[in-house]
Amino acid sequence: MKLKLKIWRQKNADSAGKIVDYDINNVSPDMSFLEMLDVLNEDLIAKGDDPVEFDHDCREGICGACSLQINGEPHGPDRGVTTCQLHMRKFKDGDTIYIEPFRAKAFPVVKDLIVDRSAFDRIQQAGGYISVNTSGNTIDANAIPINKHDADKAFDAATCIGCGACVAACKNASAMLFTSAKVSQFSLLPQGKVEATERVMNMVKQMDLEGFGNCTNTGACEVECPKGISLENIARLNREYLSASVKG
Amino acid sequence: MATLESKIPQGPLADKWTKHKNDIDLVNPANKRNIDVIVVGTGLAGGSAAATLAELGYNVKTFCYQDSPRRAHSIAAQGGINAAKNYQGDGDSVYRLFYDTVKGGDYRAREANVYRLAEVSANIIDQCVAQGVPFAREYGGLLDNRSFGGVLVSRTFYAKGQTGQQLLLGAYSAMNRQINRGKIKAYNRHEMLDLVLVDGKARGIIARDLVTGEIERHSAHAVVIASGGYGNVFFLSTNAMGSNVTAAWKIHKKGAHFANPCFTQIHPTCIPVSGDHQSKLTLMSESLRNDGRIWVPKKLEDAKAVREGKLKPTAIPEEDRDYYLERRYPSFGNLVPRDVASRAAKERCDAGYGVNATGEAVFLDFDAAIMRYGREKAITSGMKNASDAEVRKLGEEIIESKYGNLFQMYEKIVDENPYKTPMMIYPAVHYTMGGIWVDYNLMTTIPGCYAAGEANFSDHGANRLGASALMQGLADGYFVLPYTIGDYLSDDIRTGPISTDLPEFEKAEKNIKEQINSLINNNGTNSVDYYHKKLGKIMWNKCGMARNEQGLKEAMEEIRALREDFYKNVRVPGDENGKNSELEKALRVADFLELGELFAKDALHRNESCGGHFREEYQTEEGEALRDDENFKYVAAWEYKGEPKDAVLHKEDLVYENIELKTRSYK
Ligand SMILES: Cc1cc2nc3c(=O)[nH]c(=O)nc-3n(C[C@H](O)[C@H](O)[C@H](O)COP(=O)(O)OP(=O)(O)OC[C@H]3O[C@@H](n4cnc5c(N)ncnc54)[C@H](O)[C@@H]3O)c2cc1C
Ligand code: SF4
Ligand code: FES
Repeated sequence: MKLKLKIWRQKNADSAGKIVDYDINNVSPDMSFLEMLDVLNEDLIAKGDDPVEFDHDCREGICGACSLQINGEPHGPDRGVTTCQLHMRKFKDGDTIYIEPFRAKAFPVVKDLIVDRSAFDRIQQAGGYISVNTSGNTIDANAIPINKHDADKAFDAATCIGCGACVAACKNASAMLFTSAKVSQFSLLPQGKVEATERVMNMVKQMDLEGFGNCTNTGACEVECPKGISLENIARLNREYLSASVKG
Repeated sequence: MATLESKIPQGPLADKWTKHKNDIDLVNPANKRNIDVIVVGTGLAGGSAAATLAELGYNVKTFCYQDSPRRAHSIAAQGGINAAKNYQGDGDSVYRLFYDTVKGGDYRAREANVYRLAEVSANIIDQCVAQGVPFAREYGGLLDNRSFGGVLVSRTFYAKGQTGQQLLLGAYSAMNRQINRGKIKAYNRHEMLDLVLVDGKARGIIARDLVTGEIERHSAHAVVIASGGYGNVFFLSTNAMGSNVTAAWKIHKKGAHFANPCFTQIHPTCIPVSGDHQSKLTLMSESLRNDGRIWVPKKLEDAKAVREGKLKPTAIPEEDRDYYLERRYPSFGNLVPRDVASRAAKERCDAGYGVNATGEAVFLDFDAAIMRYGREKAITSGMKNASDAEVRKLGEEIIESKYGNLFQMYEKIVDENPYKTPMMIYPAVHYTMGGIWVDYNLMTTIPGCYAAGEANFSDHGANRLGASALMQGLADGYFVLPYTIGDYLSDDIRTGPISTDLPEFEKAEKNIKEQINSLINNNGTNSVDYYHKKLGKIMWNKCGMARNEQGLKEAMEEIRALREDFYKNVRVPGDENGKNSELEKALRVADFLELGELFAKDALHRNESCGGHFREEYQTEEGEALRDDENFKYVAAWEYKGEPKDAVLHKEDLVYENIELKTRSYK
């Protein structure tokens, strides 16, 4: 396959960026999208140009490092996958592909396609945990039976990989899907109920401080989320937040 | 540094850990506030260690090369974590887990460490549940278990195919709690490039800020290395792209002995290589072997037709299939340990029975399991006369609930539906049992420098059992290291802060800056990947699933030559100020190019076959590994002497007082 790539290049956070055109030949449909970029980078290095910087690590859809806005969609045209799991068989010979970083005020560009998502870490530091000591003095794991349905729901929420596609998909750049997944994981479990009130208040407060936009229920986040995190979580967060505000 | 002191406590095996905990010196809480600890790595080992150390009161600094601690490679672990809970009442016990681990490791692990691991394993599960880790549960609300290779009990706890993710998020949340309390300072996108010794003790590190490119000095009273495994020395592996040996190798060069580098695990169930563009390999969790049956065609002509796309696997009748693991190992069948399963796949493919275009793949088939589960489900839901199609549908649903995400992953990569046609799998490099030598306290041969998790060599001998790495990482981090380190730090309560202006820091920083400068200004012609791929080829062909004397000698020579060429002709674009992924890779590959040679040297000196180390010269008539306990019942710990080929061997003899050494048999 031959492709035309239009890639966002930006030296660092302080400089202006622009789209640069590249032609690439010899793309095999079995390559992953990132392997296609590897091939491009090898060409660029051979020519003495600077390779394109992008975030990635596990290359199997679990670490949440890879990102990329591909033809306007976070993680590209396929559903339920991250960019590293996207394969070139989803594109056609001769296609033009726009590749840009995730765009959001709270995700400043570091270089080229890499953005700074540390805002997500700070949201979790504000309360995304259960305050239990880790030195081992806990009760037997089977002492609290947990209804399988709740356990499965908590698990589903906990599978969020923190990639930020939900933010990039949202016209308001809201981080509600991410934050609600984190809140839900804990609030669905008996262990997490004790601190539920402070947790939701603190995490939402931090989310607002980071400069994420408001949620207007467009649902774009759920469509683009590679892990199928459900809007139900946002509804749950809203309920929790409301009852916490009443208590608080 | 002549003898290796393993510092195994005296007394009966089952009492050693308790007694040791009572004997070691403690640091009182007020003094802990004056002590700084650096933890390099935020995977299960580093993340859990940082959280507990901070909770105990130490000031902790963590380092990781990813943009968030939550992205450490532990996140990718799929199948599960072992613990001797005996919730299934199937006869499991601390002793049995200990025994299985020592046997699984082919009698090349230290008894006392393994016993401690088994002893604390149950507590890991309690701890994680208290933190809100959503493990899989049964309908009654209790925790569910599955079984893994090499054992006959069901002791593996899991969270679908994302166990590592859930456990790491648990450790990360414990870290977040301490970050919020100001007890941990997290340096993300920072790579450790050297260890700093002051008066022979580990007192800090040199790290590069990967965003600004700045070289930074960080001091502490002790340094913990939890930087993961070095499987990427093979270029292609199931490890994350950034996984590296740099932190471990740099401490090796500063005096930490490197143990058993050649003990590498080649995992039997990975998605086969598809082409030259391949950048990494994807694991299909071993848990799949609980329900999948492994086979190749019995007839060479069928195998050929499958390879050419002329025959569908589903069209091959039962009697023409060779379920070779069930045939060779009737008692463990598809659940033999990884090293055994991998070699058996290679044997069939080498004999011409491989089933994909490259001839390097075997089938993993779920058809029988789908029908079996489907029938059970039909009966329990009162469908007496369910048709085959209905049974299949029910069965597929059950398989989906167990392995859904793995099946999806497979389909996305290979573009085939594994519910309808058998998966194709082949062995791939996955885990490194070898690593930094540590004593019972997890301290390396450098005072004040510790190693935890996959980075150390300690618990898995020559082969690791499935679901035991997560267990070891968390045991080291939550429950072992935070206590044993107190014994050392109790001498440091009056030391006060370590200054980063010391000449030792200055010198280490200067060295790193020079190395970076010379790489950037090298102006060669070949990319870093060019060298990494070449190294990987040498490793896979000559230090892979089967090794021999001649090949290993050649490998040592070839790697040395490749390393020289690297320094002459590598091209690192860009500059050192700011984000530069090629520079990051170059620094890592430079270290792999040294480690690779030591790896081959270690494999060459070990004239026996054990676990993942298979020397063609040492095998039984049936092709099974031939261990030599008389001459090789020891840990090979290598001391750095300039060139990898000049490394000096130190032997830690392994003493088995509680387990009788036997030939490992899974027949
Ligand atoms: C695909 C896959 C599936 C697996 N499944 C299972 C399973 O089901 N059960 C099981 O028990 N085991 C499994 N394993 C093995 C297990 O996941 C690992 O052995 C274990 O997670 C390693 O944990 P760790 O904390 O030692 O290292 P890692 O999780 O690899 O963490 C290493 C850390 O060190 C940091 N680091 C590395 N180098 C540097 C440096 N120079 N400077 C700064 N920071 C650095 C990294 O940023 C990272 O934070 C699996 C492994 C793979 C690859
Ligand atoms: S909710 Fe989905 S899209 Fe958002 S960070 Fe989590 S996994 Fe990514
Ligand atoms: S690289 Fe890890 S999710 Fe894509």
